[in-house]
Amino acid sequence: MSNYETGMIGNNPAKQSDDTPLLVLKDLAITFETSTGPVEAVRKADLTIMPGETVAIVGESGSGKSTTALAAIGLLPSNGRVSAGQVIFDGEDITHASEKRIVELRGSSIGMVPQDPMSNLNPVWKIGFQVKETLKANGLAGSNHKERVTEVLTEAGLPDAAARAKQYPHEFSGGMRQRALIAIGLACRPRLLIADEPTSALDVTVQRQILDHLDSMTTELGTAVLLITHDLGLAAERAEKLVVMYKGRVVESGPALEILRNPRHPYTQRLVNSAPSLASRRLQSQKAKDALAAAAENLGAPAETARHAPSSLAKPVLPKDSGKGDTFLEIKNLTKVFKLRGALGKSSDFKAVDNVSLSVKRGTTMAIVGESGSGKSTVAQMALSLLAPTEGSILFDGVEVNTLKGKDLFNFRRRVQPIFQDPYGSLDPMFNIYRTIEEPLKIHKIGNAKSREKKVRELLDQVSMPSSSMSRYPNELSGGQRQRIAIARALALNPDVIICDEAVSALDVLVQAQVLNLLNELQEELGLTYLFITHDLAVVRQIADHVTVMQTGKVVEASSTDEVFNNPKQRYTQDLLNAIPGATLLV
Amino acid sequence: MLMFTLRRFLQLIPVFFGATLLVYFLVFATPGDPIAALSGGKPMAPAVEEALRAQYNLDQPFWIQYGLYLKNLVTLNLGQTFSGQEVAAVIGRAYPVTARLAIMALAFEAIFGVLFGVIAGLRKGKLFDGTVLVGSLIVIAVPTFVLGFVLQLVVGVQLGWARPTVSGTAPWDELVLPALVLGLVSLAYVIRLTRASISENMSADYVRTATAKGLSRRRVVMVHILRNSLIPVVTFLGADLGALMGGAIVTEGIFNVPGVGNLLYQAILKGESATVVAVVGILVIVFVVANLVVDLLYALLDPRIRYV
Repeated sequence: MSNYETGMIGNNPAKQSDDTPLLVLKDLAITFETSTGPVEAVRKADLTIMPGETVAIVGESGSGKSTTALAAIGLLPSNGRVSAGQVIFDGEDITHASEKRIVELRGSSIGMVPQDPMSNLNPVWKIGFQVKETLKANGLAGSNHKERVTEVLTEAGLPDAAARAKQYPHEFSGGMRQRALIAIGLACRPRLLIADEPTSALDVTVQRQILDHLDSMTTELGTAVLLITHDLGLAAERAEKLVVMYKGRVVESGPALEILRNPRHPYTQRLVNSAPSLASRRLQSQKAKDALAAAAENLGAPAETARHAPSSLAKPVLPKDSGKGDTFLEIKNLTKVFKLRGALGKSSDFKAVDNVSLSVKRGTTMAIVGESGSGKSTVAQMALSLLAPTEGSILFDGVEVNTLKGKDLFNFRRRVQPIFQDPYGSLDPMFNIYRTIEEPLKIHKIGNAKSREKKVRELLDQVSMPSSSMSRYPNELSGGQRQRIAIARALALNPDVIICDEAVSALDVLVQAQVLNLLNELQEELGLTYLFITHDLAVVRQIADHVTVMQTGKVVEASSTDEVFNNPKQRYTQDLLNAIPGATLLV
Repeated sequence: MLMFTLRRFLQLIPVFFGATLLVYFLVFATPGDPIAALSGGKPMAPAVEEALRAQYNLDQPFWIQYGLYLKNLVTLNLGQTFSGQEVAAVIGRAYPVTARLAIMALAFEAIFGVLFGVIAGLRKGKLFDGTVLVGSLIVIAVPTFVLGFVLQLVVGVQLGWARPTVSGTAPWDELVLPALVLGLVSLAYVIRLTRASISENMSADYVRTATAKGLSRRRVVMVHILRNSLIPVVTFLGADLGALMGGAIVTEGIFNVPGVGNLLYQAILKGESATVVAVVGILVIVFVVANLVVDLLYALLDPRIRYV
């Protein structure tokens, strides 16, 4: 962590005296030719990067932040072009520079680290080859290029680089691939590095390592960085200057901390308020807030303490707490073993879930946190009875879920509903919204056509969607709207438990905040019990009462949310907490 | 990889028996009496007829016929045609002709298909692309026998650039025109497949990254787009080789090519079960082996593919 701190201090004063800006975007406009005519994706974008400086462009998906950055090195898709304004690199106008000149600049003067490590390495060439050709293309390979390749990969933090260079991308983990891409991006010592969401596809702890490494490398080499991210916390932590983009326009720019402390544009204000990494406590429904304020007055204590007190303390004064407290979903010694097929018909066992126990109280939220591969989703699938456990039991309202069959299982399905991660994949594209939400009612033979329609309208109202959306299809809705539909569908059967498997991970920050708020209000209103699976501790902070931390199939820590955040006992939990970008910022 | 190959060869056994049994039965069940057809429908001396039936086991029930056939097969005796020739010898004469035809057709579709496909894919939406697309659509839409006869008439008869029909020994140069006709439809598919594959890969993330590394456009195309795009094309070509090796009844018929397709066609007409089953059996083996080669080639081109 000290890397980036020294980076921030070390970079600034030394390099900014150099008064030629490295990259200037002046009134940049980017237009895409589409089948419905030209669309202006970016308008009047201004941006200045001094040598050695780190500047972050922040914005949600579709805000034009990547497009702006890609335009700087002529990497726009073939239907896009710079329609106005200038790109000036080191005093040279390269807006409409020749193909030859741009190729010269790429790699050697302006490097890039792309977003998704899974798709950005060519799957059919070895890693070493892909690094080598970067060096060669920029005339830096020299005679002993093999050594240089190993050197570059080692610098990027790839262990055992000489052997690794002989492997193919599919033999690398996501983090290792990103390191290889960083090696490629910095191989030719560019003066500017464009890092386009370099870590958003990675686990939080890996994310932190990679960003730290990138930071220390660019600091050491004096490379300026244009960081593109949707995460305000991350941007503020890593960059000296922020540029906030919204709908293709730069709405605000300036020193990072100043923007965080004193956002002027309404959009930035909303972004700052809802950045999950900066939120410090659990969301509260309006009703609970009122009740708490009253309770605080009664007890003569500040509302804050009352909220964070154990639920038993708050119980007498909270109106809807009557059913709260009894264990509703209990998982005991749950184990899941997958058989992995090996060579020659041999198979080995893989323990995806190892002796996991947890209990969820009625009306509360239990979060299961862990990195990918920790077994958290497998637990969710078993709790949904979509996967049979190898050992252990799952008690739902006192009944063993495993042995349920036929009608009992059918009834269980009505009471436990899932919301999945990907709102694009979990809605049938051929079903309109009405049919999507009505389907569970139909399957469970609830009501007649008329009452079902009424119910669907109610549900849409509950998730704040207009009833006019009933006749629309999923592809006509945004990600956040689709997730609302998924929630409405889950609510249709008045379930007791909703299992959210990374339900907000695919959403933009603002939308994520809306959906979390919605889930929270619904919990208060309907007394729902949530099992919330996520890799994002920042989200946990906002929604969960209790947290179970999982690592490689085992529970490493389980406690109340406040306990876990304020007093993490396990090293792994601490790492996860430290990995929340912006958590250490004092705003 | 070795295990995989071995297993695939073992799979050949049931496939072979299944296919021959099925074909034998189909020939058996075909209406019409092969012996009567042999004599051109004219009455035949009962003794001669009986002798012929006995010679070809036609007086036996189906299972015995098939069993006797298999028994002969073990001793590599493929049986005899009605004209008394060894089936093995007949196939031995026809197969090299078909192989020559297939290789030429494949070379034609591979070279021109990939070439046109790559250019069209790189220049999507331009004039060349449009022309190639429309042209390939026409070729796909028009049946082979129309294309065959038209080319035979124009190139062979009117322009006189090639022999309209192939002579008995079927030398390479005489097979050029039939190979062109044979490869034309697959050529259209290869063009379209290559074009789609290229244009899909052009917008792949790793291609953008390669460009960002500072590679020249030429290198990006040759190293990063081409190899990835050719994977599905090679698969198609391999499968097509299997199909081409099976002989082309229509094309061989039009140009009078003495290949396997013609042989098979004549044998079916005569109800010569020994020939039909032998040819089909060989075709099955060729097809399975061609598919195996494709699978192995696939693993060679795409390092992500591993067979266990």
